[in-house]
Amino acid sequence: MLTNFMAWMDKRLPLTDAWNKHLAQYPAPKNFNFWYFFGSLAMLVLVNQILTGIWLTMSYEPSGDGAFASVEYIMRDVDYGWLLRYMHSTGASAFFIVVYLHMMRGLMYGSYQKPRELLWIFGMLLFLVLMAEAFMGYLLPWGNMSYWGAQVIISLFGAIPIIGDDLTLWIRGDYVISGATLNRFFALHVIAMPLVLVILVFLHILALHEVGSNNPEGIEIKKKKGSVPAEEQSKFAFHKQYTDKYDIVDAVPFHPYYSVKDIMGVAGFLIIFSWVMFFAPEGGGYFMEAPNFEPANGLKTPEHIAPVWYFGPFYTILRVIPDKLLGAIGMFSAIIVLFLVPWFDRGVIKSVKYRSKLHLVNLIQFSICFVVLGALGTLPATPVYNMIGIIATFGYFGFFVALWFYSKNEKCKPVPERISH
Amino acid sequence: MKNLFKAIAFGLVTLVSMSVLASSGVHLDNANNDLTDKESLKNGFKTYINYCLGCHQLQYQRYNRTFKDLGIAEADGIENYMYTGEKSGDHITNTMPKKEAAKWFGTAPPDLTLEARLRSPDWIYTYLRSFYMDSERPFGVNNKVFKDVGMPHVLQDLQGVSSIDEHGNVTPAMGGSLTTDEYDTVVRDLTNFLEYVGEPSKLERKSMGVNVLIFLFIFFIVAYFLKKEYWKDIH
Repeated sequence: MLTNFMAWMDKRLPLTDAWNKHLAQYPAPKNFNFWYFFGSLAMLVLVNQILTGIWLTMSYEPSGDGAFASVEYIMRDVDYGWLLRYMHSTGASAFFIVVYLHMMRGLMYGSYQKPRELLWIFGMLLFLVLMAEAFMGYLLPWGNMSYWGAQVIISLFGAIPIIGDDLTLWIRGDYVISGATLNRFFALHVIAMPLVLVILVFLHILALHEVGSNNPEGIEIKKKKGSVPAEEQSKFAFHKQYTDKYDIVDAVPFHPYYSVKDIMGVAGFLIIFSWVMFFAPEGGGYFMEAPNFEPANGLKTPEHIAPVWYFGPFYTILRVIPDKLLGAIGMFSAIIVLFLVPWFDRGVIKSVKYRSKLHLVNLIQFSICFVVLGALGTLPATPVYNMIGIIATFGYFGFFVALWFYSKNEKCKPVPERISH
Repeated sequence: MKNLFKAIAFGLVTLVSMSVLASSGVHLDNANNDLTDKESLKNGFKTYINYCLGCHQLQYQRYNRTFKDLGIAEADGIENYMYTGEKSGDHITNTMPKKEAAKWFGTAPPDLTLEARLRSPDWIYTYLRSFYMDSERPFGVNNKVFKDVGMPHVLQDLQGVSSIDEHGNVTPAMGGSLTTDEYDTVVRDLTNFLEYVGEPSKLERKSMGVNVLIFLFIFFIVAYFLKKEYWKDIH
């Protein structure tokens, strides 16, 4: 019965073929480590955000008068509404945590290098859209920090010469942030951005499966056709799209090997996620900021306006540069340089494991600077913090500049032909 | 790789210590309230109805939900907690006109449904015990925690009056109908009630959390051995 059904389907849609090509017969390097959990976890969180989002939308009211009250209605009167809301709000922060770790993985193992530049760019576009999605979502509870956070970020566009003021007016749909802004952000948050996110995830995975997965050794598992004796090739049957062009070594089929491994990762992730969601959904005031428990009020500025923690690094770069326009340029450059990593890195050795000590040190200083910038973004601007922020900003951009210089003639360790165990 | 982990750990420690350094302001006393103490919540509810509701609404919270969560029978609740003839499914509101209230107090008294989440229970507990005499202020009182607050000391009959000594410390209150300990208990119960109102599902959230985590730990162990079984031949 089922066989017949599948045969009927396969004649009309390449179901079995797609299943094999992307899961059951997709060759994945056998040596993925801890860092390789975060891609599948990011997808899990995306699904969580979409599902809880749909249900929240059923009771949320996108208007300046009703938004704040409708969130409290969800928290009190909707069955398990509080659970949906916390899953969504904790999910937003979790999304950035897994995505930042996923990006760090890419930097460590050179997963952006040829031929994976486009894959990296799709990933960076995902990151950019995710930031827009999160920013717009944060306005929707219509709390006072929602309001003032959005006020600060939107006013950045006002720094652009000539068109700045008109541009901010166009974004807000009003002279100040108002119900009109809330309504358009709602439309973008629940329809436009999620649609783009899903399409980009599709492209990201399609591009990944075209070039194949990198791994912690940075050694390709696809060898030139006919270059590997049959007994040394991977004993598994892979899809002909891969085996027609290459000899596959040191690989396992994604399903069931990595599907069972990722389920384990999911379980581990959910333990930490649930821990936060059930016992500290405010995330110590970082996931939900205290001023957001009073409604938006254009006449009452919170004592200390801090964007949500995940914008911290970029917000700090904006803030430590004294000029508003230059600050905004600095902030956007911080994202643009990430897009360009594949070209800043002129080396051919991928994994930090086989690259120079200098590269290791550079990566470490970069991650420290990133975390410090993030921390400073949530703190008030004092002269001392500003000083630290300037140093960390130099460290952040310095990573890319230094990489460009030393990667050309870098002293790397010899890379083995095969992934050893 | 070890170094990278260390570096990240170091960064996180820096982050945490910086945020600790950043928090400052008035010293707050620990409220030590207990959300599972239904008697305390009922007392707090009663105090709220009698002393606070005239000015401060709880516009997102319903009477009947409160009765249910606090273990108050509906008839008892309508009899003893509702004075103005609303229905038990109504929100806990008052009829103070906002515009006039702003004229009377300088600012309209805020809704307090989420006060405990906005400012913390410890803040409420300390605030209500920090009024002192100040003839400069319209109502003759000021507050150590919330300087120049527009609100009179509504619980003055209970606590009595404090003044401020030459070191800027608040002296013990005199002339109230309650002793200091009794007054602290009244405020603690009120704080407890406001923490409950801030998030009525808090206890349910925590108890569900325990069950979910127990399930997830078992699930993790199963998933771990499943993975191990599948991977035993891969070297």
